[in-house]
Amino acid sequence: MKTVEDIKAAIEAAVPGARVAIVTNPGPSAQHSLRLEPESAVAVAKFLRDDADLALDFLSNVTGVDYLDKEIAEKIQVKRQVTKVVDGVEQTVEETAEETRKRVEPGYLEVVYHLFSVAKKHGPVILRMRTENRTDKVELPSVTPIWRSAEFQEREVFDLFGVVFKGHPDLRRILMWDGFKDHPMRRDYVDPDDYEYEPTAHDKVLARATAHQAEEQTEAAQGGAVL
Amino acid sequence: MSSPATKTEKLEGWNRPPVIEPDGEGELMEVAMGPHHPSTHGVFRMDLALDGERVIRLKPVFGYLHRNHEKLGEGHSYLASMPFTDRLDYICSLTNNWAYALAVEKLIGQAVPERAEYLRVILGELTRVQNHASSIGFLIQEMGASGTPLMYAFREREKILDLFEGLTGSRMMCNYMRFGGCRVDASAAWLDAVRKVVAGLPGFVDEFERFLTSNEILMARCQGVGILRPELAVNAGVTGPMLRASGVNYDIRKVDHYSIYDRFKFRVPLGDHWDVYDRYMIRILEMRESIGIVEQALKEIPGGPVMDPKAKIRGLRPKPGEAYGRIEAPKGELGFYLQSDGSPNPYRYRVRPPSLINLTILEDMCLGQNVADVVLIFGSVDIVLGEVDR
Repeated sequence: MKTVEDIKAAIEAAVPGARVAIVTNPGPSAQHSLRLEPESAVAVAKFLRDDADLALDFLSNVTGVDYLDKEIAEKIQVKRQVTKVVDGVEQTVEETAEETRKRVEPGYLEVVYHLFSVAKKHGPVILRMRTENRTDKVELPSVTPIWRSAEFQEREVFDLFGVVFKGHPDLRRILMWDGFKDHPMRRDYVDPDDYEYEPTAHDKVLARATAHQAEEQTEAAQGGAVL
Repeated sequence: MSSPATKTEKLEGWNRPPVIEPDGEGELMEVAMGPHHPSTHGVFRMDLALDGERVIRLKPVFGYLHRNHEKLGEGHSYLASMPFTDRLDYICSLTNNWAYALAVEKLIGQAVPERAEYLRVILGELTRVQNHASSIGFLIQEMGASGTPLMYAFREREKILDLFEGLTGSRMMCNYMRFGGCRVDASAAWLDAVRKVVAGLPGFVDEFERFLTSNEILMARCQGVGILRPELAVNAGVTGPMLRASGVNYDIRKVDHYSIYDRFKFRVPLGDHWDVYDRYMIRILEMRESIGIVEQALKEIPGGPVMDPKAKIRGLRPKPGEAYGRIEAPKGELGFYLQSDGSPNPYRYRVRPPSLINLTILEDMCLGQNVADVVLIFGSVDIVLGEVDR
C-alpha cells in the first residue's frame, strides 16, 4: 500500500494540472487524506480507479461534513498618524494602537470518500472535496459515472447536506420527502416544532372566530349590542 | 486516436441500468409496490413500470423509517450512541455494536483484551448464523412457502437469541460492547450453554439443506434469476454475501485482519452463477463456516478481564482526528466514520449502511425480469429497513 505522499505524486504525474493537498490526521488512527480540487476531480478519480498499482475499484463510503462560518477576532497593531501639539509646535506623530478586528471566514461543505481496492485488497484511501461556501456555491462534480456506489450516497449527501453534484444521473432527495425545504444534517439546522403541521380547513375557521371575537369585544366596550 | 475516446465513452455508461424497450403493444402499467407490501420487510416502496409481466423500470423509494440516526449521534456522547446502533439493523444488533466500538477504538487508539475479542467473535458469528437463517427463511416465504421454512429458521434463531438474553439481558437490543471490551463477563455456565446450542447447529443446517437445496421449486424459481455481474457488483459497492455470490473474493474478516480473525481457520465461499440461488447457497455455506469459527473460539477462549481497566468510557473526549472502522457484518461492510473535534460529542458520525448500498443495483438485476421475480431478487439482497433509512 502506497503512502499518501506517493499517491499524491502519482496523481500529479498522471493528471496534468491536478492539485492535491495532503490533510494530516492528528489522531491515533493516522488515516491521512487527500484534498482534491473540484475541477480535476473526475479525471483524478478515473486515474485512481484504472491505475494498475492503485486499482481503487471500490468506493465504499461517501459522506458530507458541514463546517460553519467562523468568526475570527484578531488583535492587530495599527499605526496611525496623529496630529499633536508637542512643545507648542503642531507635529504629525506616528502612534501604535491596538484594534480588534472581526472577520468572517466562510464555512464550507466537505465531501469525504473512502476508497478500497478489491483487486489488490488495500485501503482506505481517503479523498476530500470542498465547496466554496455553504449557501450558493455548493456544486461539486459527481463521481457516480466512475463508481456506481456513489449513486445513492451522493443523493443522501444532497438531501441531508445540500451539496449539488454535477453530472449525477438522478439527483433527488432520498430520505426526506420531496416537499421538504431544508437540509437536516447541517449544523445550524433548527427542526420545526411540528413536523406534521399542514394548513387545514380548521385554520380558516379559527381565523374567522378570532376576527369575530374581536368584533364582539369592541361592541361590548361600546356599551353592548342593542338587541 | 479516436479509439481510446470511444472506449472511455463506453466506460462512462457501462455501469448504468440497461434500457429495456417495451414490445410496442398496449400501454405500460405503473405499479407502486409498497410501502406495505408483505415482501418489503418493513416500509419500502418500489415504483415499477410493467409491460405485461416484464419490468421496464424500477425506482426504489426510501425514507419511510428515517429518523436521522446520524443527527442523533452528533447530539449525544460517544457512549450514548451505543444503544442507538442496536436499532440500525435490528436483526444483528451485536455486529452493529462491534462496528461502532471498533471505529471508536480506532479513533482513540484503544486496545481490547483477549477474552473480550473472543466473546466478540463468538457473538458476531452467532449473529451471522441467525441472520442468514432468518434471511433464507424470509426468501423462501416470499417464494410462496408460507411460514414453514421461516419457522424452522426462527426456532434456531430463538435458541441463539436466548443466549444473547442470558449474556446481555436483551434478545435483540443487546447494547453489549464498549470501547475497550465488553460490558459484562460471560459465566462458565453461559459458555456451556453456547456449546450446547452450537453442537445442535450443524444438524439444523443439514435439515434446512435437505428440505431446500435440491427442492425443485426453489431451483426453478432461483436459478438464473437476478444475475449480478462481478465487475458491476464491485463498482456498485455491493458487499457481503451478495458480492461473494457474484464470485468476488472479498471478505473483510480476511482482508482487514481486524479483531482476532486470523487465528481461526475458515473458508470464504464464492458463487459461480451470480444468481439468487448462489446467494441462497453462499448463506448456507457461510453459516457452516461461522459455526466452525464459534467452535474454535469456544475451545481457545482464555480467562482474564473483558474490559481494559484503563479504558475511559464515560465522559470520553477523543483528541481531534477522525477514523473509519469497518467490519464484515452479516449483510456486508458495516462502517462507521467518526470525526472528533475534542468535545464529548462526535463532530461527525456517519454510518455506512450495507443494506442501502446493496440496493443500488436492484434496478439492474430486476429489469427485463418478471414482476414475480422482483420479490425474490429483492429478498435475496437481504436488507433491514432500520438500516436502509436510518
